[in-house]
Amino acid sequence: MTSEAKKDAPLGRVIVITSGKGGVGKTTSSAAISAGLAKQGFKTVVIDFDVGLRNLDMIMGCERRVVFDFINVIQGDAKLKQALIKDKRLETLFILPTSQTRDKDALTKEGVEQILNELKAEFDYIVCDSPAGIERGAQMAMYYADEAVVVTNPEVSSVRDSDRVLGLLSSQTKRAETDGAEPIKAQVLLTRYDQARVDSGEMMTVEDVLEILAVPLLGVIPESKAILKASNVGTPVVLDEPSAASRAYEDAISRLTGTQVEMRIQGERRPGLFQRLFGRAT
Amino acid sequence: MNLFSFVRKPRPAQSAQTAKDRLQILLAHERSSGTAEADYLPMLQRDIIAAIRKHVPIIGDKDVDVRMERGDQMSSLEINIDLPASLPPKKG
Repeated sequence: MTSEAKKDAPLGRVIVITSGKGGVGKTTSSAAISAGLAKQGFKTVVIDFDVGLRNLDMIMGCERRVVFDFINVIQGDAKLKQALIKDKRLETLFILPTSQTRDKDALTKEGVEQILNELKAEFDYIVCDSPAGIERGAQMAMYYADEAVVVTNPEVSSVRDSDRVLGLLSSQTKRAETDGAEPIKAQVLLTRYDQARVDSGEMMTVEDVLEILAVPLLGVIPESKAILKASNVGTPVVLDEPSAASRAYEDAISRLTGTQVEMRIQGERRPGLFQRLFGRAT
Repeated sequence: MNLFSFVRKPRPAQSAQTAKDRLQILLAHERSSGTAEADYLPMLQRDIIAAIRKHVPIIGDKDVDVRMERGDQMSSLEINIDLPASLPPKKG
């Protein structure tokens, strides 16, 4: 599985990680997905599109190695090779950080296209970490995408914003504007899912969210302490010690590459008879 | 207490269901109003009011309510017209 992708020409697949709403786990998911793809042997680069609010570098743990950024490359101040940061854990993983200072107008359609084309010639997967909102940065992140991962929490504002973003993906992107092009393949990644709260009727179920958004499910990431722990130390969650969240990400990543993986909701622990009788204090 | 908790379990409010219902109603509305095709609705509303006014002396623009419900299979146009309680006798 891992070696077969290496010999052929790179896949050059552009995947945008988007959501509309902020704080739902876009950057965490971008880091996990890119690291997971690289771990499977795919040559992967992850790009931070959140100009002015650079954060992917911290989640990836390479914040002290940023010299040149995405905007420097667009404006011709640096070569792409100079701006790409090679991950220290995985041979096949690269990070393209964004600018901390310049304004988002620096992102031009032509500039982004040129960089993506250069990356496509070398990488299997190009993961675009979108900023929150539906402004320029988010539009640029999704415009050239082949696939979209819409990160959604089982919560009303997040689902509403995801619906908005799905509308934009099917109308405001290159694939949408090109006659005869296959539409962007959009999938939902449900994050911060809490099975116990779903069981007690205080959180929407996976089925509820899918029924509303009407797009396929990529995976369900349970609410997990491992996420904060991993971000504290700058390690993508799939490279940290195994947890319910990391296993759920691994499954989602396998589905992204076309492998059939049974959908199981991790972190689901049915209370046993003992617990039911004597409480769940433990 | 816990021994009997699953016998007389207090039914918690199913707030997830409320969330789902609210979203479905809202998104049905937002999806239809977000498209360019819905732009003709105000114009349609104006024309309908003008057409009805020719025959019935309705009071104002607010008496006619035009709504579009868009579904996957079919869309429906709903027009509600409030007539004044007592209609003045027709001229002819």
